[in-house]
Amino acid sequence: MDLLNYAFMQRALIAAVLVGITAPAIGTYLVQRRQAVMGDGIGHVAMTGVALGFLMNTSPVWTATLVAVAGAVGMELIRSRGRTSGDIALAMLFYGGLAGGVMIINLAPGGSTANLTSYLFGSITTVSAADVTAVVILAAFVTAVTLGLRRQLFAVCQDEEFARVTGLPVRALNLLLAVTAAVTVTVAMRIVGLLLVSAMMVIPVAAAQRVTRGFTATLSVAMAIGVLVSLSGTVTTYYLDAPSGGTIVLLAIAVFVTTTALSAPLAKRRANAARSAEAVCTRDDVKV
Amino acid sequence: MPTEARATQSTAHPPLDQPVISLRGATASLGSRPVLRGIDLTVRRGEVVALLGANGSGKSTAVRSVVGQVPLSSGELTLFGTDLKRFRDWSRIGYVPQRTTAASGVPATVREVVSSGRLARTRFGLLRKADKAAVAAALAAVGMDAHADAPVSALSGGQHQRVLIARALAVEPELLIMDEPMAGVDLANQEVLADTLRGQVAAGVTVLLVLHELGPLEPLIDRAVVLRDGCVVHDGPPPEAVGQHALPGHDHVHPHAAHDAEPLRTGLLS
Repeated sequence: MDLLNYAFMQRALIAAVLVGITAPAIGTYLVQRRQAVMGDGIGHVAMTGVALGFLMNTSPVWTATLVAVAGAVGMELIRSRGRTSGDIALAMLFYGGLAGGVMIINLAPGGSTANLTSYLFGSITTVSAADVTAVVILAAFVTAVTLGLRRQLFAVCQDEEFARVTGLPVRALNLLLAVTAAVTVTVAMRIVGLLLVSAMMVIPVAAAQRVTRGFTATLSVAMAIGVLVSLSGTVTTYYLDAPSGGTIVLLAIAVFVTTTALSAPLAKRRANAARSAEAVCTRDDVKV
Repeated sequence: MPTEARATQSTAHPPLDQPVISLRGATASLGSRPVLRGIDLTVRRGEVVALLGANGSGKSTAVRSVVGQVPLSSGELTLFGTDLKRFRDWSRIGYVPQRTTAASGVPATVREVVSSGRLARTRFGLLRKADKAAVAAALAAVGMDAHADAPVSALSGGQHQRVLIARALAVEPELLIMDEPMAGVDLANQEVLADTLRGQVAAGVTVLLVLHELGPLEPLIDRAVVLRDGCVVHDGPPPEAVGQHALPGHDHVHPHAAHDAEPLRTGLLS
């Protein structure tokens, strides 16, 4: 494990673990409400923020966070209005964000779209010490929200109307979910890249739900898969010298294929178990 | 269902003759189409009121406006004597929205879905012993306790409705509002639901429910309110079976039987 001797690898591995935890955690809620592409949209919008960071010569992580949060809140407002034109409005936001990033990066002194490549596809060699600090703070926020409020967020994503009649602050929770998704995008940006962020929100969840039956189980297994693939992907990247985002996402897809292959025999075993459970409960009924 | 919580709450609200739901001159539109044209609906404590009407008569909009999900363009609505705008006591209401499934994009167990109904009574979403007991009691009340850890995606249509009703019961409500709880439910499951409701009514719960037809619930209904084109056309004893058949647009195939037979407590499912 000589790679641990390199400071840049230590930073990359810390960032990778945090991506593996946070992206599937928020992704579970997005998949639950069938909003899987939201992460992709926020990733596009965050491009403008990254470019603004270059232009203003500050850390792109913080400017990307601000712009991504603004974009995500906009998306949530469009979604909650439920207008039929919402689709078009979202498309404007996505592509406007991407185009804005490309324009602004060229205005930055010495900037060109080449600067954006590591943000688009992820890179383990460019994670700075300041990036690690930012990512740790942001990841702590994401983890606190997605785990601490999981019952409330579950209820809102499961059945919004029911959640409102329960008296939950649904509008606030929806906005919080959007902000958290935006923050996750910037956490994951350095390692998996803005174009592949959404994959880390969706694929571990899809892989987990092939073998799980409950929500908490799906959330935990998705996070475990997330950590597994982001760590192993980062290490693989060290040896292959490839963009880390691509490696991590391909590994996630490999896990998805594996759990899919496992799901059929697992379902059969559970069906058999359920049949015997059914027999027991029928006997109980007769006694009553 | 444990009833102590309810009992203490009702003594805390002395005016027993005060209506639990009072809707006066309510009008509402969906888009530009007026759906409610000035309806009055009063439900008193302990009553079981069925809202009947053909498709598009406004009965679903009426209950959704009662729980604040459809804004009224005019009229007054009070819940437990409090104007809807100031009403915060949502834990007194159990709501069963019109749904065909309790599933979403991610797997969830029956217990997880039913537990989400308990949130109105928990602090910070933590489930204490009493909350877990209430969830277990709600599951038992709809006969789903044996399936508590099954994924909702594996359930039949009738079982989905039972889960949605258990979710509403988990909060131990004083008022149960149900929007078409019998839609797509086979006769055996309808009997289970009728049994559940009988238990709730016996415990003093007030019920407002939207029905397409009375079916096995008929003996439980105190009063029926019939809507037609957004207006109340009948408010009184449940119409004879003929009443509903005569409604415009009635197009339902009836799962007849059972309600002349004596109410079965168990056995239909075993």
